[in-house]
Amino acid sequence: MQKSTKILYDSSKRGIPLIEEFKELVRYKDLLQILIINNIKSRYKRSTFGVVWTMLNPLLYMTVMTIAFSHLLRFEIANYPVYLLTGLIAWNFFSQTTTQAMGTLLLSGALFKRIYIPRAIFAVAAVGSGVINLFLSCIPLLLIMLLTHQPLYMTWWFVPISILILAGISLGVSLILSMIAIFFADIMDLYQILLQATFYLTPIMYPETVLPAKIQHYIVLNPIYDVVRVFRNPVYDGHLPSFYALCAALISTFAVLCFGWWFFTRKADQISYRV
Amino acid sequence: MDPMIQLENVSVHYQIPNLKITSVKEYIIKLLQRKMSYHQFHALNKVSLDIHAGEVFGVIGHNGAGKSTLLKVIARVLRPTKGRVILRGNISPLLELGGGFDPELTGRENIFLNSAILGFSKKDIKARFDRIVAFAELAEFIDTPVRNYSTGMISRLGFSVATDVQPEILIVDEVLSVGDSDFQKRCSDRINQFRKNGTTILLVSHDLDTVQKICDRVGWMEQGKLNAVGNASDIIAKYHARLKHENLPKE
Repeated sequence: MQKSTKILYDSSKRGIPLIEEFKELVRYKDLLQILIINNIKSRYKRSTFGVVWTMLNPLLYMTVMTIAFSHLLRFEIANYPVYLLTGLIAWNFFSQTTTQAMGTLLLSGALFKRIYIPRAIFAVAAVGSGVINLFLSCIPLLLIMLLTHQPLYMTWWFVPISILILAGISLGVSLILSMIAIFFADIMDLYQILLQATFYLTPIMYPETVLPAKIQHYIVLNPIYDVVRVFRNPVYDGHLPSFYALCAALISTFAVLCFGWWFFTRKADQISYRV
Repeated sequence: MDPMIQLENVSVHYQIPNLKITSVKEYIIKLLQRKMSYHQFHALNKVSLDIHAGEVFGVIGHNGAGKSTLLKVIARVLRPTKGRVILRGNISPLLELGGGFDPELTGRENIFLNSAILGFSKKDIKARFDRIVAFAELAEFIDTPVRNYSTGMISRLGFSVATDVQPEILIVDEVLSVGDSDFQKRCSDRINQFRKNGTTILLVSHDLDTVQKICDRVGWMEQGKLNAVGNASDIIAKYHARLKHENLPKE
């Protein structure tokens, strides 16, 4: 056997965790790919209706909400089903990936006690499989658009960029939450309440104009709405997000992602001590 | 010649809260009441050790003496609180065989998952897949979910995946007592083969006879410290004397 004297690991020599973790993820890219595929498989394998459910879920929700809101509250909004569905798809992506990232880190935490793998890999895998699901949920969206005679705007080309922004903010939040969950398991329950509250505070099922003028001014401070809007604009409104809206989304995403990545990697060595 | 595994004054301290707190609510209450206090537990205390290429090194000691922590620090699972760990070879940890398996996935999928966890690329795994299955003798069940496997089958697959490529450093933590005697024999044959080819082996075991038989040197851990290091039979003799003295049941 080759007698190598090259140092392969030195616990005292470490770069900035921020960058180091990223390098490690690149090194373990095959594991990442397998984890993403397994996430998708386990979602669709468990029931024969798996794929159908992912598509039916927002559709059923949309039907109920459309009946409830367009008849009871009477928003002045054109093609409410598509308005709602675009919001729901973006929202579901955010809420599902963040919840899943937290759950898988806790579930697979025991693995970190046995063997070294990049700590952020579960959060990144959760977002990765979320992106694939998001593409799948565009199928019922297109179907509804067809049925409601919503024009298919040229601005659809922007959707991949919107998805990238959504994925960025979701990853940031996932990293923050999953690290907190390592220390306090009850964050899972608290987060569900927080999600519910955020859902109602964000113009997803109601138009922005319903809000009092004063609040409308501050709506840009809701980072979730910023990213919902960059997804909704090209699909529903048929125009690209305004420069102002795009900046808001990019700044929120960048801030959350950087803070999340920094916070997670700084504390990552604690995981195997804690789980 | 630089040592394969080098530990310089390695310490691992656990911060243990005096009250076990696992929820935000509790944490805030205790924080407000100023009842948060910690004590430090020294799982490893200034351990220095050099293990050279091709050596078979055994670690003995009571439960809780820090043997597993030592392995974890070397396997990169724990980062030492103080001190320095240097590895000069790639490492294959045989800690709890099959620990990384997902019971819902088939044997085939788990081979890919587990190999990727060990850091192998997909291309590598594809090339070695048949050999892994053959060694584990699981060809018939390879497309069955692992939840239907027996404990023996899981260990066989775990061992087969982890040892398919000869590692430069092999960590063995009490795992050879699994499976039937035929498989155990094949496991030890394979490890002996690695040994002949120059793999550095780190073995933790309570089975002193095995340790004496296969290890070149032995380290005796006690309360997080390396009590003695040396020739296998000397250290084990000392350890036996201590056990007799303390009148503790032999572990």
